[in-house]
Amino acid sequence: MTKEKRRYAAPTTLAKVRGKMARSVPYILLIISSLPILSMYLWLFMSSLSSKVMFGFIPAGITVRNWRFLWEPIQMGGAAHLSVWKATWNTLIFALMVMLLVVLVATLAGFALSRMQFRGRESLMRLIIILHAFPGITLLIAIFYVLYFLTRVTHLKFLDSLWGVALVKASLEIPWSAWIIKGFFDNIPWEVEWSAYIDGCNRFQAWYKVILPQLKPGIAAISIFSFLAGWGEFIYLYTFIFSQENQTLSLLIKALIGEFRFTDYGLLAAVSLFYIFPVLVFFIFTQKGLMQVSAGGIKGGR
Amino acid sequence: MASIRLERLTKKFGKVIAVNGLSLEVQDGEFISLLGPSGCGKTTTLLMIAGIYRPTEGNVYFDDVLVNDVAPKDRYVGLVFQSYALYPHMKVYENIAFPLRLAKVPKKEIDRRVREVASLTKIEELLDRMPGQLSGGQQQRVALCRALVKEPEILLLDEPLSNLDARLRIETRAEIKRLQRELGITSILVTHDQVEAMTMAERIAVMHSGVLQQYDPPGVLYDRPKNLFVASFIGDPPMNLISMKVMEREGQLILSADGFHLPVPEGLRERLSTLVGEEVVLGLRPEDMTLAREERPGSIPGEVFLTEPLGGGTLVHFIFGDVKLRVLAPREQPVDVGDRLWIVLQEEKVHVFGPDGRSLRDSDAAA
Repeated sequence: MTKEKRRYAAPTTLAKVRGKMARSVPYILLIISSLPILSMYLWLFMSSLSSKVMFGFIPAGITVRNWRFLWEPIQMGGAAHLSVWKATWNTLIFALMVMLLVVLVATLAGFALSRMQFRGRESLMRLIIILHAFPGITLLIAIFYVLYFLTRVTHLKFLDSLWGVALVKASLEIPWSAWIIKGFFDNIPWEVEWSAYIDGCNRFQAWYKVILPQLKPGIAAISIFSFLAGWGEFIYLYTFIFSQENQTLSLLIKALIGEFRFTDYGLLAAVSLFYIFPVLVFFIFTQKGLMQVSAGGIKGGR
Repeated sequence: MASIRLERLTKKFGKVIAVNGLSLEVQDGEFISLLGPSGCGKTTTLLMIAGIYRPTEGNVYFDDVLVNDVAPKDRYVGLVFQSYALYPHMKVYENIAFPLRLAKVPKKEIDRRVREVASLTKIEELLDRMPGQLSGGQQQRVALCRALVKEPEILLLDEPLSNLDARLRIETRAEIKRLQRELGITSILVTHDQVEAMTMAERIAVMHSGVLQQYDPPGVLYDRPKNLFVASFIGDPPMNLISMKVMEREGQLILSADGFHLPVPEGLRERLSTLVGEEVVLGLRPEDMTLAREERPGSIPGEVFLTEPLGGGTLVHFIFGDVKLRVLAPREQPVDVGDRLWIVLQEEKVHVFGPDGRSLRDSDAAA
């Protein structure tokens, strides 16, 4: 059976142009979808440097006045606001407390979930997934009661204290962090641990010299995530913190908005930028490491 | 170097019995193998010898000392896992040095011993690399070094060759054997590959479903398998196993299957006379038969159905009704499909297995 051999045609100019256009489509789509976010940041930046902003972006006059909070307490209406530096300090303490609690509990929980056999293990794991998706905000009133009750019983301050809210925030972050750490434990084969015992380790040495180093990326990941979750927290702090001296940056910004009907947008933008700044810098430097971890595994070795 | 004795060793995981009453001994400096299909309990046994698992029942003795309660780190064993289990966060040098560091050996001594064992397995250039950068064969050699560096009394190897490609496997096989002989360490090799066990071990313990089937040197396992399982497991190409019925025809004892009959060999007549009417299994190794162009006494005629050239020989297939028979013909003998040939058997090489699976050849009925 003879068949006419198929001919291969060279690409025409039209095809080439079409190809080029097709290749640029993803870029166009990405640029369009990024524009809103980019423009918001642009507005933020411009506003912080100007007294008035026209047509959305063009500053009327460059001024550093908006950044005065760095060296001056903010006065608005009658009351004086909390010093920015105290608020920053509160935010830092809060974020660190959340991070510490999460890392401690999640590491131990992840170990138990991965390595130990106990009744209800399957149900617990399913519960963790559900808890992660759970909108914690629905629990606000319930948490209030819990904190109040705890304050009454222990005579320690749970309400209106950064510690109390840190406990709440940490408990919402722990399930997912435990899950991540469990994943890291799962990736450490039994045989590596056994090799450690045969090579002469007791349980503690095996943990410290062999297992822990392999967990480092996981622990780094949950530390970062929980710290950032603490740094950016608003709603729980807003609900449970009453006194001004315990305010964090997020609460301070809210306070700046709420005054009467007049809002100093320039000041607001400046403080907001100040709030975001550490996180942006942090992300820029740790991006590579974070990418590796969110993919779910560790690199190298077996 | 220690001798090992296992006494009625049993390990249960819940209801599952992984190892069932295993008893065997290994002499000082001997190289033995635990051979069997996946799940037969050989790795579990190895881990009990290493001290990772505690036996449910039974005892483990090193040099006649009971070590059931001795921690792995105090047993002076080296274990090479199938997955190598190197520490991924440490360099190769550190991996090998790890046991010595834990034993608080002085730095200079550590360096000397690490380099010495690295040169034994020829991985000196790899000492500064991370495990993730090494190939399978290289990782395996690092694992071997790590096990040997502490000069263990006992060396345990869990399927060390299964993750290597065919060529590397043959090279490493010889290397491990040479090393063991040079160092004289009592060694146990766990594998599912019978070729590995046959070529490397002095004695092989064949296991199946947690039970020891036979514990003998390779030659004995090959020539005198005690039961069906051992017979079918050892030997490549595998033994022909044919279900036959013991019958009497014209006063003669024969084995009969649909289309295939064989007079009972002299040595087995007494045994088989008590089993007339029973089903037995006939075992014939492909290499124990020859093909002839003319009839010979006791030979069986057949027509060639299929030939498989193996390079060193040809595997010739015959079909008799339901029965398939494979014969290994030497390279120099040309065989074609459709040839009518006579299959010549050697009486001593005919195996018959009774209804309980045990070989009827042994003079002692108790296997």
